[in-house]
Amino acid sequence: MTYIKPKFRHPDLPKNAVGFTKTDYEGVISTLCAGCGHDSISGSIVQACYEMSIEPHRVAKLSGIGCSSKTPNYFLNNSHGFNSVHGRMPSVATGANMANRDLIYLGVSGDGDTASIGMGQFVHAIRRNLNMLYIVMNNGCYGLTKGQDSATADAGSVSKSGSVNPFEGIDLVGMALELGATFVARSFSGDKTQLVPLIKAALSHNGFALIDVLSPCVTFNNNVGSTKSYDYVRDHIEALAEIGYVPEKEEITVSYDRGSSVDVELHDGSSVQLHKLADGWDPRDRQAAMSRLQQAKAEGEILTGLVYVDPESKDLHEIIKSDKRPLNSLKEEDLCPGAGVLAMINDEFR
Amino acid sequence: MRNLTGVNDLVVRFANVNGTGSASANNMFAMSIFRMGIPMTAKNIFPSNIQGLPTWYEVRVSEKGYLGRREGVDIMLCVNPQSMKQDVASVKPGGYFLYDNTKNLHKDFIREDVNYIGIPMIGICMRLYSDARQRQLFKNMIYVGALAALLDIELEVVKGIIADEFKKKPKLIEPNVQAMMAGVNYIKENYEHPLGLRVERRDLVGDAIVIDGNTACGIGAVYAGATVAGWYPITPSTSLVEAFAKYSNRLRVDPETGLKKVAIVQAEDELAAFGMVLGANWNGARAFTATSGPGLSLMNEFLGLAYFAEIPAVLVDVQRGGPSTGMPTRTQQSDLLLAAYASHGDTKHVLLIPSNPSECFDFMADAFDLAERLQTPIIVMTDLDLGMNEHLSAPLKWDDARRYDRGKVYTAEDLDALSAMGKQFGRYLDVDGDGIPYRTLPATHPTKGSFFTRGTSHDEYARYTEDGVKNAQVLDRLSKKWDTAKEILPLPEFYQTQNESNIGMIFFGTTTYAALEAIDLLKQEEGITLDAMRATAFPFHASVEEFIEAHDQVFVVEQNRDAQFRTLLINELEINPKKLIKILNYDGMPITADAIRNGIAKHLEAIKL
Ligand SMILES: Cc1ncc(C[n+]2csc(CCOP(=O)(O)OP(=O)(O)O)c2C)c(N)n1
Ligand code: SF4
Repeated sequence: MTYIKPKFRHPDLPKNAVGFTKTDYEGVISTLCAGCGHDSISGSIVQACYEMSIEPHRVAKLSGIGCSSKTPNYFLNNSHGFNSVHGRMPSVATGANMANRDLIYLGVSGDGDTASIGMGQFVHAIRRNLNMLYIVMNNGCYGLTKGQDSATADAGSVSKSGSVNPFEGIDLVGMALELGATFVARSFSGDKTQLVPLIKAALSHNGFALIDVLSPCVTFNNNVGSTKSYDYVRDHIEALAEIGYVPEKEEITVSYDRGSSVDVELHDGSSVQLHKLADGWDPRDRQAAMSRLQQAKAEGEILTGLVYVDPESKDLHEIIKSDKRPLNSLKEEDLCPGAGVLAMINDEFR
Repeated sequence: MRNLTGVNDLVVRFANVNGTGSASANNMFAMSIFRMGIPMTAKNIFPSNIQGLPTWYEVRVSEKGYLGRREGVDIMLCVNPQSMKQDVASVKPGGYFLYDNTKNLHKDFIREDVNYIGIPMIGICMRLYSDARQRQLFKNMIYVGALAALLDIELEVVKGIIADEFKKKPKLIEPNVQAMMAGVNYIKENYEHPLGLRVERRDLVGDAIVIDGNTACGIGAVYAGATVAGWYPITPSTSLVEAFAKYSNRLRVDPETGLKKVAIVQAEDELAAFGMVLGANWNGARAFTATSGPGLSLMNEFLGLAYFAEIPAVLVDVQRGGPSTGMPTRTQQSDLLLAAYASHGDTKHVLLIPSNPSECFDFMADAFDLAERLQTPIIVMTDLDLGMNEHLSAPLKWDDARRYDRGKVYTAEDLDALSAMGKQFGRYLDVDGDGIPYRTLPATHPTKGSFFTRGTSHDEYARYTEDGVKNAQVLDRLSKKWDTAKEILPLPEFYQTQNESNIGMIFFGTTTYAALEAIDLLKQEEGITLDAMRATAFPFHASVEEFIEAHDQVFVVEQNRDAQFRTLLINELEINPKKLIKILNYDGMPITADAIRNGIAKHLEAIKL
C-alpha cells in the first residue's frame, strides 16, 4: 500500500497569494480510523495555512507520539516534520525555535502526550512563551494504545469497556490560563467554521498559542457515557466571542449584535466569521476568562472559542534578548572570536 | 625526628570550612607556585553541601612535572577543628602541621613525628580588624603569608596575584597585602624559615595556563560556534554551561542593541535540555548540553532517537561518583558503558575522552564538527577532576583558518541539481558509501527536500515502514557509519619504550596524569618498562586493537568498579578478557601513581611465582 496521494492536480484549482493550491497543503493519506476527529483537525490546518498563504516550507511541524502525533504526516507535505518521542515535542520545538526564530512552529500533540507524560514540557513551553501553535487533539483517551483513560478524561466518564474514570480530569485550557499562556482557545474537531479562524489567529500570535481541540476517538471513546464523544460534545458546546485572524498591519473593526454573526474580509483575502455570544466579552481579560471557564464547568458546558489573548505578548527570543537573525544563519565570522582573542583569554589564566 | 626536606616537590593540603572564603586564598597560594615557574596541580576536595562542612584543597608542587594526585601530605594547613583529627593523621612523618594557636591544641591532636607550627590567626585578626567578615576573610590571607614565609615563596609574586585578584576593587589590595604580611612577619619573628621543604623559582611552565576543564569546554563551545544550549544544573557540569554563558555574554553581544548571538535556556530537566539540543541541531544550529550521570540517565530516550533519526548533538558528561545520586562532588569514570550504549535497541554512541583542559577545548571544537559530519550525538566524557579542578595546561589554541565542518547538508541549489539529474532526495540514502546520508534543513526549498524525522522504523526516504528488511538495511548502514567514525575520530596516543616491552598499559581521561607518573616509577623503582596507550575516543581506531595484540599483557587503568573501559575493549574488539588486567580505583578520589605502580608490580610479581 502506498501512502502517497496521486499527484494529479486540476488545472483550474484556485491559488492563494503565494501561488499554491489547497492540495499543496495536504500530506500523505491518513492511516487513522475513518471518522477520527484528528483527521478533521488536519483538514482545518490545511485550510487555515492555505487561506493565510503561508509558504508550506516555512512551517516546521512537530509532534510527540500517539494517533494525534501522527497527523503532521497528513498535512503540509513540503514542511519538515519531526515526530519526537512521547510527550517531548515541546522541548524539541523549543530548540528548533531557538535555532531559527523565523519559521512557523506548529506542534501537534494528544491529551495523553500532553497531559501525562509530557506535562512538564508542556507547562514550561507555556512559561517561556515559545512562539508556536500548540494543538492538543483531545479525545480523553489514549488512542494508539487502544483506549486507556487519559488525564483529561472527566471524572465519571465511562470508557468503552464500561469502567468509570474515578479521577478528576485536567482542563488544559484552565491550566494554560493559570500558567500565563498568552493565547488560549478551545474548539471542536467537527466545527471547522470555528477552528479554522482560531488556527489562523493562533498562527499569527507572537508567543505560545494553545488550541485544545476536542476530537472524539471514534474507535475507543465515542460511546454513551464518555464526555468526549461526538454526541456529548455537540450537546454541551458553548461558543465564545471570537476575533479570528486580524493581522497587525491595519486595524479591522466590525460591529455586530449579540447573537449574530458577521463575515470579515482580512488582508490576505481570507475571511473570518465572528460570532458574538457574550455581551462585552473581552478575550484580553485573563481573570474574566478564568471565571467564565469555571462558570461553564459548573454548568456542564464546554466553552469553545478564543478564551484569552494577550496582544502585547513577548516571545522567548524577546525575553532572552537573542539576535534578530536566525541563530542557525550565523557563520564563523559572527561566532568565532578568533585566535587573537583566545590569546587574551589565555593570559587571564596565568 | 627527621624533618621532611626538599625543593619543589611537596604536597600542601588546606583543611577549611565550606563557605568561609578560603577558596580564593588557597588559589592564590597555588598560583604563586605557578608564577614562580614551577609545575603544580590543585584539587578541591569538597562535600556535597553548601556551607559548614569540611572542605580540602590540595596543591601538589612537582618539579618533575607530575600532575596527578600524590598520596601523603607534607604540609597541612588546618583551620577546621571539625576535621582536625583526620587532618593530623594524614600528615607524613616528618611533615608539618600549621594551625591556629590562638587556642591551645588538644592533646589528642599531638603526634610525636609531626612538626607543629602555631600561628595565632584569630588573635592577629582580632587585633587588626573589628568587622566579623573581615576577620574571617583576612584570616585566610594571614595563612597565605605564613606559608609564603615558610616555603620561601617570593612575596612580590603573591602581591602581584593580590593586585590581579582585586583589579576591579582596588581598595581591597592594600588590606589584603597587609594581612598577608602579618602572616609573613609572624613567621619571621617566631619560627625558623624557610623550612627544609621549600620552593625555588624555575622556568618549567613555559606558556602554560592554569584552567579547569569545564571552563575550557565552555570556551571551546564558543569557538566551535555553538549558538544554542539547553541545560539543567547538576554538579559537576554546571560551571561548564556557566562558562559558555559568561564568554558568550562577553564575546557575542551586540554592544548597540544588547542582543546576543546565542540562546541559552535552563530547561525544566535533562529530558528537555537534550530535546532542545536535538530540535536546534535538526534546525541547523550548533547546540549542546552538559550534564553528569543522573542527567545522562534521563537523556537515554532522546539519545536513542538522535542515533536512529541521525540528528547531530553534542553532550558533555562530566562524570561524578555513582551509582544513582552517588557522590556528587567526587570523581569517577563510571558512566562509560551507559554513555556508549545509551538507550534501548541496537544503539551506540561516539565518545570523545579528553585528558586535560587544552584537549577539552580542542575536543569540543571537534565534537561539533564530528556531530555534523556523522549526524549523530557526540558525547564528550570528562569527569569532576578534569572539569572542576584547575590544571596546568597548554594554552588554548585556535587556527583562524579553521572552518566549521557542517557535514553533508543539501542546499536549495543542490536539491535542484539533484532533480535536474532525475534523482530523488532520500534522507537516508547512502550516496557516498560511507554510511553517512545527506540531510536538509527545514525551509531550504519550497517544494523539495522536506522529510519526516522520526524514531519509528523508516526507509531510505524517511517514510514509515514496518518492512523488517528495510529496517535492517537502515541498521546496517548505521553500522557502516560507525566504521567510518573510527577513521575520523581523534587518534590514540602512544608512549613506547626503547626496548619494546611485552607489557602494555591503557588509560584515558584524567587517569593519564597518574599513569604517566606510574610509568616512571615502575621503571625507576621496580625496573619494569612498559608501553602505554592513551585512548581518546570510542569506537576504537584500528591501532587500539593492534596495540593490544602486540603485547602479552595489557593493564587497563580506570576509575570505576566494574572495569567498564575494559568491557568496551573486550566487547567491541572481541579480545580475550584474560589479556586485559584491571587496575581500578573507585573511592571518588583521583587515582594516584602509587596505586597504579603497586597494582602493576604486584600483578607481575604474582604471575612470576
Ligand atoms: C515512553 C513511552 N511510553 C509509552 C508509549 C506508548 N504510547 C504510545 S501513544 C500513547 C498514548 C497516546 O495517547 P494520546 O497522546 O492521547 O494520543 P491519541 O493516540 O489518543 O491521539 C502511549 C502511551 C510510548 N510510545 N513511549
Ligand atoms: S484509535 Fe481513536 S484516536 Fe486513534 S485513529 Fe482511531 S479514532 Fe483516532
